Parts: sequence; structure tokens; C-alpha cells
Amino acid sequence: MTNEALQNLISAWNLDLGFSEEGSQFLNVSVKPERLHFLMEQLKINQETKFDYLFCLTGVDWGQNLGVVYHLESTIFRHQLVVKVETDDRDNPIIDSVSDLWSTAGFHEREVYDFFGIKFNNHPNLKRLFLTEEWDGFPLRKDYEDDINMVIK
Amino acid sequence: METAVVNTDFKSQEYFINMGPQHPATHGVLRLLLTIDGEIIKKVDPDLGYIHRSIEKMCERDSYQQIVHLTDRMDYLSANINNEAVCLAVENALELEVTDRIKVIRTIVGELTRISSHCLWWGVMGMDVGALTTYFYGFRDREMINDIFEETCGARLTMNYNVPGGLMFDIHPNFVKRVKEFVAHFKTKIPEYDRLLSNNIIFQKRTKGVGVLTKEDAISFGVSGPVGRASGYSCDVRKYHPYSALDRVTFNEALRIEGDTYARYQVRIQELWESLSIIEQLIDNIPEGDYRVPTNAVIKLPKGEYYQKVETARGELGVYIISTGTKNPYRVKFRSPGFSNLSVLNHIAVGSKIADLVAIMATLDLVIPDIDR
Repeated sequence: MTNEALQNLISAWNLDLGFSEEGSQFLNVSVKPERLHFLMEQLKINQETKFDYLFCLTGVDWGQNLGVVYHLESTIFRHQLVVKVETDDRDNPIIDSVSDLWSTAGFHEREVYDFFGIKFNNHPNLKRLFLTEEWDGFPLRKDYEDDINMVIK
Repeated sequence: METAVVNTDFKSQEYFINMGPQHPATHGVLRLLLTIDGEIIKKVDPDLGYIHRSIEKMCERDSYQQIVHLTDRMDYLSANINNEAVCLAVENALELEVTDRIKVIRTIVGELTRISSHCLWWGVMGMDVGALTTYFYGFRDREMINDIFEETCGARLTMNYNVPGGLMFDIHPNFVKRVKEFVAHFKTKIPEYDRLLSNNIIFQKRTKGVGVLTKEDAISFGVSGPVGRASGYSCDVRKYHPYSALDRVTFNEALRIEGDTYARYQVRIQELWESLSIIEQLIDNIPEGDYRVPTNAVIKLPKGEYYQKVETARGELGVYIISTGTKNPYRVKFRSPGFSNLSVLNHIAVGSKIADLVAIMATLDLVIPDIDR
């Protein structure tokens, strides 16, 4: 399916989405956190989209907002899509987990939690993945500082 | 030490053992917490991060040329292909068209890297299930490839041969001759691999029907590379998103449907033949031209987001770069194949015995820095 056809199909779901293709080779869809899980479920099960392969899940610190970027691909149609979600609550960022839809999100969301502190609702096993449990702070945030261990300032 | 990754719902006859962090079969620093009942595995909980070096954070500090040199420290057995991924991402962002010569050399070197990685994997796979000879045979053939690399770019493991805009140096005058010698040599050696291990009845009994992964689960877990293809999942990036000179060669995608440990083994053996075929198609006709296209000393990517995927020896490596237009990336994410492949371990190992787990892990072909980054 072409990006244009994808956009027409997805916007018909009335989920208050933003679309953009600027500065990216994919069609980008931004969604509000409360609509994320519904959108992702539709993208996976809809017969015309069938995004069954979540090939990348990335946490990003956009300065004020914390966000997650999902790269989706259909192994049947080979079309690709990027879904973005952001939250401005830096103290208690919460986003729904998609690990019930794609098992790979289980590990990837733990990685994002580890480095950005974003909590994922309904994740079966949300704890630090690379760092120790007692680690203080979230190192990939832009405002993270560690006077002792950090070489990069 | 407090074990942070212990589950609480275990029964009185079950107990925990630690496998690793430095177990001979983990080939790196990975700790597996096993919940076992007798010899049957009930749960596998991987504990990562022993060699996490925050490469993604370091990338936010470094220039684009410097980032390339960090990537070969991740999957050091696919170093060249990792480098290529970043170079391709940067070149696409700059809309920089490299010469045919660069594309063909990159592809040949990439396939040599794949063979050398599979040789090492084959050697240690045999060793893990108790056949030490394979280790020496695998290393004997891998050594020839390392010698070729050493002659051309000075390094044997962390190559840094690819740079944004092309290659660090042109190929050595002996390159073509030595690659052809290697291809002729290795064609006689893969049948030897088969005689020694593939057709060995003990080896087959230890691998057939062990650690079965279905195609649906493979896709859901984001498994790629030979592990995915052994489950009948056609996932070769070289086929469906070809890069460099891969669109001008013909090769078969190695596929099996059984999804067990033996299928994963067979896929890699077939891939050795396919890589040889790709090299043969290209080696006689390396086009003339520049080995490097000029770039600015300080590379600034236009504002935007760039994603490049390549097929390393372990599967799909993705490089995701977010640029704000400065000389450093705003955020870099490496979607490493080993990370997703490891996440499936608990799923396929439950119900097996500990000795089976060693065989399963061997065919997942984990490289720990690729997972930890």
C-alpha cells in the first residue's frame, strides 16, 4: 500500500492523529498516549495494514517531552509505517505497553524504561534491563548528569 | 549478591541455577537465571548489561565519522556490515551517490565477513555440543579471510574499512587473487563440514526437534537472520531492501520450515554456499572508479530522521538516526539483531534440558556486545 493510501485508511479511524512525511523516508503518524494502544491494535489486525513486525522501538528525549517511536512493517505487504507518541510529564511518564501485540516489545520497552524512565502500562515484567535495580536516574535523558561515572558531558 | 531477577512463583521442588556470567557456552558476559525442576527448564531469565558501554549515548557526542568506529565494537564478528549500515544511513541522508566500485567492494567484503562469522559460529557450535575438532577447522578457514582483510585494510577484526563516502583505502593488489583462492579452497571445505558435523548422528539427535520456534512467534519476537529463516520466515534484508551491489546478484534465500536447532544450523551452512556464489558473481568484474567520494570534513546531516537496515551475519541491523542539523546526531538507536534473538530464548527453551539449552543458544549465535551495546 502506498503512503497516501495508508494515510487515507488510517485517518478514517478518527483517532485524532497527525501525519507527516517531512524529513523521513516513512509515513509518520503521531498519536496521543491514550489512543496509542487502540491504534496499534488496529494497525496489527486490520486486513489491509497487517503490521505484524515491530522492527524497532526507540525512546527519545525531545527536550520538554519524552517519546517513543515505533517502526512497523508488514511481512505480507512489505509496507512500513512510523508511529510516534509523546508525553510532557517528565516526572511520571506513562505509556501503554504494546507487548501483548508484539512480543519483541517486552525487551524493547524494558530498555526504554531503563534509559528514559518511561513506564509502560500492563507490561508483564517492567524492570531495569541493562543497569542495576538501584541505579539512580535515566542515562539517555538529555538532562541526566552523573558527576562520578559520566565521561560525556 | 541480591538476585534482582528472581521470579517469586516457584514451587518447592524447583530451584535456581546461574548459568554464566562467564559460562563457556555463552561466548561473552551473559548471565542466565534458570529455574529448573530436575533437569527440565521451567524459565530462563537473561540478565544483561555486564558489558553495556552506552554506545548510543556516546554517539550523541561524536561526529558521524566517529560513530562508524563504535559500531564494529558491537557485533565484532560482522564489523564490516555494521560499519556499512552507518555509512549507508549517512550517505542516504546526504544524498551522496557512491561509485559502482565502492558498492561492489562493499558487497564482497560484506559477504566475506558473513562467511568468517559463520565459520566461527560453526566451530563453536560444534565445541558447545562436544566436538572440539570443528573449532580448529572453523578457525583454519576463517584465518584466510582475516589475512585478506589484514592485507587490504590493516585490521583483522574491527575493520573500519567503510567510511562515509566510500572506503578507507582501495583494495590491495592481491585482493582479487586471494579471494579467488579462498573461494576455491572453501568450496572443498563445506562438504567436509557436512561430513564432520551435519551428518553426524549424535549431533542430529541433539539438535532435531530441539528449541522449536514457529514462524508466527519468530515475527512477533522480531527475530531475524538465520534464526528467523529456519522457521520459514522470509526475512532476508538483502532480498527485500537490497543495498550496495546486492540488487545486481542472484542468490537463494536459505529457508527451512522446521524451526528447530538443526534447521537453524542448516540455514547457516546453506548461507555459506550463497555467500560464495555472490562473491563469485562480483569478483571478476570489480568496476573501475574512485574508492572514495569526497565529503566535508565535518559532516552535518540535514534535519530529519534516517533509518537504514542491513543484513548482518546475525540478522537485521537497523540504524536509526535523528538529526537536528548539527554535526552530532540528536539520537541514535541501534536495532541490533542479537537483542531480539535473545528475547526468544525463554520462549523456546522452556521444557528442554540444560544440555539442550546449550545447543539452542549455540544456534541463536549470540554476540553479547551486539545485545548490550
